[in-house]
Amino acid sequence: MTTMIKVDNATKAFTLSYQRSLKQTVLAKARGRKTHDTFNAVDDVTFSVHEGEAVGLMGLNGSGKSTLLKLISGVMRPDSGSVLTRGRIAGLIATGTGFDNNLSGRENLYLNAAILGMSRAETDRKFDEIVDFADLGKFLDTDVAYYSSGMKARLGFSVAVNVDADIFIADEALAVGDRPFKRKCKKRMDEIVASGVTMFYVSHAPGSVRTLCNRVLIMENGRLGFDGDVEEGIHYLHYDDNGDDSGDDDELGTDI
Amino acid sequence: MSERLVSSTPAEPARRTVSELDALPLAPPAATGLSEVVRRRYLLGMLVRNTIKSRYQGTVLGWVWSYLQPAIRFCMFYFLFQVMIGRGSSMENFAIHLFAGMVIVHFFTETFNGGTQSLVQNRSLITKLPVPREMFPVARMLVAGWHTIPMLIILLVPCLLLGWKPDLVGMAAALLGFSLTAALGLALGLLFSVGNVFMRDVGKIAQTLTQFVTFSVPMMYPYTLVHERFGDSVAGYYLFNPMAEAVLLIQRGFWIGTTSDPDATAAVHMPDHLFTRGLIMLAVSLVLLVLAQRIFARLEAKVPERL
Repeated sequence: MTTMIKVDNATKAFTLSYQRSLKQTVLAKARGRKTHDTFNAVDDVTFSVHEGEAVGLMGLNGSGKSTLLKLISGVMRPDSGSVLTRGRIAGLIATGTGFDNNLSGRENLYLNAAILGMSRAETDRKFDEIVDFADLGKFLDTDVAYYSSGMKARLGFSVAVNVDADIFIADEALAVGDRPFKRKCKKRMDEIVASGVTMFYVSHAPGSVRTLCNRVLIMENGRLGFDGDVEEGIHYLHYDDNGDDSGDDDELGTDI
Repeated sequence: MSERLVSSTPAEPARRTVSELDALPLAPPAATGLSEVVRRRYLLGMLVRNTIKSRYQGTVLGWVWSYLQPAIRFCMFYFLFQVMIGRGSSMENFAIHLFAGMVIVHFFTETFNGGTQSLVQNRSLITKLPVPREMFPVARMLVAGWHTIPMLIILLVPCLLLGWKPDLVGMAAALLGFSLTAALGLALGLLFSVGNVFMRDVGKIAQTLTQFVTFSVPMMYPYTLVHERFGDSVAGYYLFNPMAEAVLLIQRGFWIGTTSDPDATAAVHMPDHLFTRGLIMLAVSLVLLVLAQRIFARLEAKVPERL
């Protein structure tokens, strides 16, 4: 089986600075107070993901999920240990990041695709599909500055979801925009899952983890607390305790 | 609409087969370094184009401004130095002497200052998506280079009117000057950009340094003045400033050719061994660039969390 993600004893420490200016630092030192503190956001985490696995990453706020995801996507590098991946990583991470308000939707589409690692030829080939999906109509050639927030989100989502990924990462509300667009997103996500792509999905919603994933990782204070079956994982987190999850929570869309 | 969409969205995002995936290496998720910037030149080109485009966004005249501004500046210099103060008596075409220096100094300061701010300005992108971080200072250098073109053209027009003809030595000098400035500006841009992430004071230091550059190069005064007033030893130190060489090289390329006796002007106003000095400074700048890249690579891992 092909290993797609291999994380070995990865640790990422953050420094908390209590003071910013020289004066404050000197004063704090003089009074014998701490000037900074470090903590491990990701602490000695080891696991690997094989081709075709759909992994749900869960955990309480501040448990290190996002940092782990940033290590895997390559935004951050571990202080010790290693994170290795195979092929292209793409997906729903920070969709729409890097949009330039001074540029038109079309220009931003190309820019965003390039940031996500697509070539011009690839973008040209997918252009119609992306535009159809975003459904911006005549606003495509308008400056993004005049877009509504929903339109902006739709464009970002459409680009992100159309990048061919070997590892598909999702770390945000899967459904943006109005109800028809939400449906479209859900359908698209189901297609991606059905295609059998290796997936890494961060969520608080047990419902969507159940439908999308076949394995769950749970982060606890930077450490990997659980790695295994979906139902057991959700139980481990006590997310199946009460009946409140039935509503919107079980659908796609209430994440992070 | 939605019906059409359903049919037009293929169920399979085209993906690699398992054997194709097997052939790929298991590697750190995001490659970095200047070589990665070259590899992703499509994105680099797009960043540069967009930065240039958004500068004159919403203006009626658009790119005309990039000619208008330097043209007006040149006219001001011409009026001030040639007509009003009458510097022409002691030095021929002082306005060109000054403007040629300004072109290269402007290129340098924009590369340096722009590069210094580039990481902080692209914070939202850098903290969320894996993009080679070197790309931002490099993009700023290319943007600065692009903005230099209109200034060069504005410089060329009076040069040609004054009977300047391109000569091989002069062009080589100008090219050397630009290469040296590009390497130095990028090296400092890389170094200061990453420093600026950790301490915003670094940005202020960069601004102060660029002010210093404007006055520490022979453009508002001739190099001979330094030599006359302070003698050989100080002039020797003065020439340790790579930007002084760069400015002199550009003046060798453009200003010298506009004077009535270029050889005599060069003999009086250019230091000895100009090309040797220029090449040494280019080598120094390139070494500095390699070092800057090394330091950048070492500190860069901490950039996303400190931004």
